[in-house]
Amino acid sequence: MQGFRRDLAAVAGFLVFVGAVPRLLTNDYYINALTLSWIHAIIAVGLNLLMGYAGQISLGHAAFYGLAAYTSAIITTTLSLPILVGMSAGIALVGIVAYLIGIPTLKLKGHYLAMATLGFGIIIYIVINETIGLTGGPSGFTGIPRLTLFGYKFESDLSYYYLVAIILACVILVSLNLIHSRVGRALRAIHTSEVASLVIGIDIAKYKIFVFVLSALFAAIAGVLYAHLITFVAPSSFGFNFSVELVTMVVLGGMASIWGAVTGALFLTVLPEFLRTFENIEILLYGAILIVCMVFLPGGIAGGCAKLLKLVRGGKGENVGL
Amino acid sequence: MGISSYLQFLVSGLTVGSTYGLTALGFTIIFNTTGIINFAQGEFVMLGGMLSVFFLKWLHLGLPLSVLFSLLVTTLVGAAIEQFTIKPVKDSSVINLIIVTIGVSIFTRGLAMLIWGKDTFALPQFSGSAPLTFGGVAVTTQSIWILAITLSLLFLLRAFFTKTIYGKGMLACSYDRKASYLVGIGVQKMVLLSFMISALVGAVGGAILAPVTMTSYDVGILLGLKGFAACIIGGLGNPFGAAAGGLLLGVLESFGAGVISSAYKDAFAFLVLLILLFVKPSGLFGQTRVERV
Amino acid sequence: MKKVSLCIAALSLVALSLSAAFAEDALKIGAIFSVTGPASFLGEPEKNTALMLQDQINAKGGVSGKKIELIVYDDESDVNKAVLAADKLLKKDKVMAVIGPTTSGNTFAIEDKFEKANIPLISCAAAEKIVKPVKKWVFKTPQSDRLAVMKIYDTLVAKKTKKIALITVSDGFGQSGREVLKELAPRMGLEIVADEVYGPKDTDMTAQLTKIRGSGAGAIVCWGTNPGPAVIAKNRVQLGMDIPLYMSHGVASKKFIELAGSAAEGIMLPAGKLIVADQIPGIDPQKAILLKYIKDYESRYKAPVSSFGAYAGDALTLVTKAVETGKSSNPADIRNSVEKTKGFVGITGVFNFSPEDHNGLDENSFEMVVIERGDWKIIKK
Repeated sequence: MQGFRRDLAAVAGFLVFVGAVPRLLTNDYYINALTLSWIHAIIAVGLNLLMGYAGQISLGHAAFYGLAAYTSAIITTTLSLPILVGMSAGIALVGIVAYLIGIPTLKLKGHYLAMATLGFGIIIYIVINETIGLTGGPSGFTGIPRLTLFGYKFESDLSYYYLVAIILACVILVSLNLIHSRVGRALRAIHTSEVASLVIGIDIAKYKIFVFVLSALFAAIAGVLYAHLITFVAPSSFGFNFSVELVTMVVLGGMASIWGAVTGALFLTVLPEFLRTFENIEILLYGAILIVCMVFLPGGIAGGCAKLLKLVRGGKGENVGL
Repeated sequence: MGISSYLQFLVSGLTVGSTYGLTALGFTIIFNTTGIINFAQGEFVMLGGMLSVFFLKWLHLGLPLSVLFSLLVTTLVGAAIEQFTIKPVKDSSVINLIIVTIGVSIFTRGLAMLIWGKDTFALPQFSGSAPLTFGGVAVTTQSIWILAITLSLLFLLRAFFTKTIYGKGMLACSYDRKASYLVGIGVQKMVLLSFMISALVGAVGGAILAPVTMTSYDVGILLGLKGFAACIIGGLGNPFGAAAGGLLLGVLESFGAGVISSAYKDAFAFLVLLILLFVKPSGLFGQTRVERV
Repeated sequence: MKKVSLCIAALSLVALSLSAAFAEDALKIGAIFSVTGPASFLGEPEKNTALMLQDQINAKGGVSGKKIELIVYDDESDVNKAVLAADKLLKKDKVMAVIGPTTSGNTFAIEDKFEKANIPLISCAAAEKIVKPVKKWVFKTPQSDRLAVMKIYDTLVAKKTKKIALITVSDGFGQSGREVLKELAPRMGLEIVADEVYGPKDTDMTAQLTKIRGSGAGAIVCWGTNPGPAVIAKNRVQLGMDIPLYMSHGVASKKFIELAGSAAEGIMLPAGKLIVADQIPGIDPQKAILLKYIKDYESRYKAPVSSFGAYAGDALTLVTKAVETGKSSNPADIRNSVEKTKGFVGITGVFNFSPEDHNGLDENSFEMVVIERGDWKIIKK
């Protein structure tokens, strides 16, 4: 139980820090940029659970993100149903689809999930692009209502910022809790040695599917938040490029670190705002980051910081996974 | 739609399918030797086309020389990738290796974009653009080149793997790396060779297809993915299956576009991939050797 | 470790807040162009023209004594980036008017923002739906697809063609055109026997063309922007088809001829007078301004002109003229002045705006041309 209190304290600290930041910003526009980073962070945390703890890779998480966003958009705009209905439907749909994909593929070893998610991602992208009557096609879908919960309309960018920050904090808390629980230990066992886990009697497929669906659900939550923030969705934000960007965020932040994932998301979302020329070398940079991290810094920023701290402390003892 | 339309779809399908097959072949060669899926395979195909354009339009080398040089350079790029990005992480987990190859893929694409821009480029057909007509079905001379070159390459590779010592060495690695190492096969050299051959094969696919479909810095993604789908269709690890899978995929895609809907053309490849992964992951010609957890 | 992560995060945020824009006493005009990406052949000349015009105006002392500052964002032909750019211009840079975006799809995505923010938007995109039904704050300078379609249909009717096949791209421009094509065909006595669609990134349209070949059409009308139409031109030759092929004004640039190569021969399309300026009679009111634009652009950028650059040039001129005549840089006044503009001799055509017409052009802004020996030639009626 102390573990939980420690996690709670960490998350509370994070929330306080995040809440104070908007005071520093001079411009409404930057608040939105940060809100987007936190939305990306929600996906990154989930993906990090999948990659760092279950040792699987998904190359189609952008599709879960987009599927939820579009579902909520269509339900709330075209069908004019309440926002909560749209959001729940979006999240539920993604959960079901992820489960259906996970069952057959996670029983197979190695890179089959990568391929399945890749194929799935591309199919979703094409379907969204082509079903113009439903989704607006390549030109996108406009007029999504801004989020209204229990009568309160999140009209100002600042209010939305706080909402997303709180949801991110909850997501982080859930994830930290998961890692420090029995499920987390089972996952780490699987990651270390699948054969050994089998021997102890862990149902590997079941845990992998669980983590996969959870990570998809996080992406879905982020998706509906995105749709009702920007009030506009277009296929180009949900394609393979974004799936790769998400993987890069997790790798950069550190694959078995929740806080690393958040940092990675913040870094890669906020960076383009500074570097004007970044727009041209974006792809190049992501590729370079992935390669460099894998070759030189497999633990990402989190791993690098851990190593740094170890050096500073004089190598007292190390703990894998934060 | 008359029979000539269907035959036309068949011809278009086989033409594009050849490149899918060659890309799939590249995947298979690396997979067989190293166990890695090289996500950057599609970029070899892109480089084959783009470098040919570069040598032709910027350096004015004439078509045959441009293509030859592009094949050479791409092969060297394959070697460089193996040396600088794969070798350092060869003992890492599967997921790390996948990430590295993804990184290489997008890095290569980014580099191509910086050097050549985002424009689309056309390569002239190898022997003029007048099509030949057989009973209502138009076949471009390029299609004939494509099929001829693909088949010859397949025969050459088959001879290489079964008759030469290097080829046999690579096959040995695919069966059992430790055993190969023990009998004195330079496994690292085989890995390097596999990357070079895959790069070459991919580049050939890119260069011969570019006159038909035009090329740009980002054609690698889709071509690579479809090549991979072709691999799975034919059975991962089976070179003959990969080539056959590619042709099959091309034809399926062409018919799907012509008969069902041209808008969802690209989706067919991945739909087939998903169905196969769920129903028969070992593919049409693969051994049921896929491990279950 | 958490502390270090937080430090990195904090640093990023502080740096963000420091990049605040400082105000200048200049007239800030925003611009969103697709300088890179598939629509770059449209956006790049637009950006070049706008910048060239900015320098020319500022060299003469600016507008009403104040210099103009053009803030240009590249939306990379991507609709999400266009939305982001619009947000930046409206919220961060606080401009008084915006010209662009380059593509119809991007325009649709951001229109509502300008209606809400009460800032005028002068789009450089072609779809008629941008200004029909009329939106108070949105204008456009390119000719409407409706005009282009009418020009093509007039030619088809004159050649006694009865059955036509459509092949359009699945983006905003293509689908807008397709709607107009389908709407006007029956009125002109034309029957659409095939209606094919292709994706903006497709590299092979032989399937669609094969279907068209079997449909009995007497002419093919293709609506899209590069590189799709070039592929279609080549595929048509590869399939040995000789059905006449008509294109939209979206390919009125040398790039199309370059991509399509010899397959471009004989293709017909409506084009602005700019690309055939030397073939226009001297009494045409536009002739002088066309030749001046060609001379200025080609000497500064050492590249041939395209009609697309003109869209941006006209848009910027409209804004600056509105500031001058209205004697105010207030967005609402700019909007009113633009709407009252009549007889403005632009490069794209002669504009006559009104509260019902936020495009201001008619058929005279187009000439029907054919591609002959790698160059444009006006088709004599």
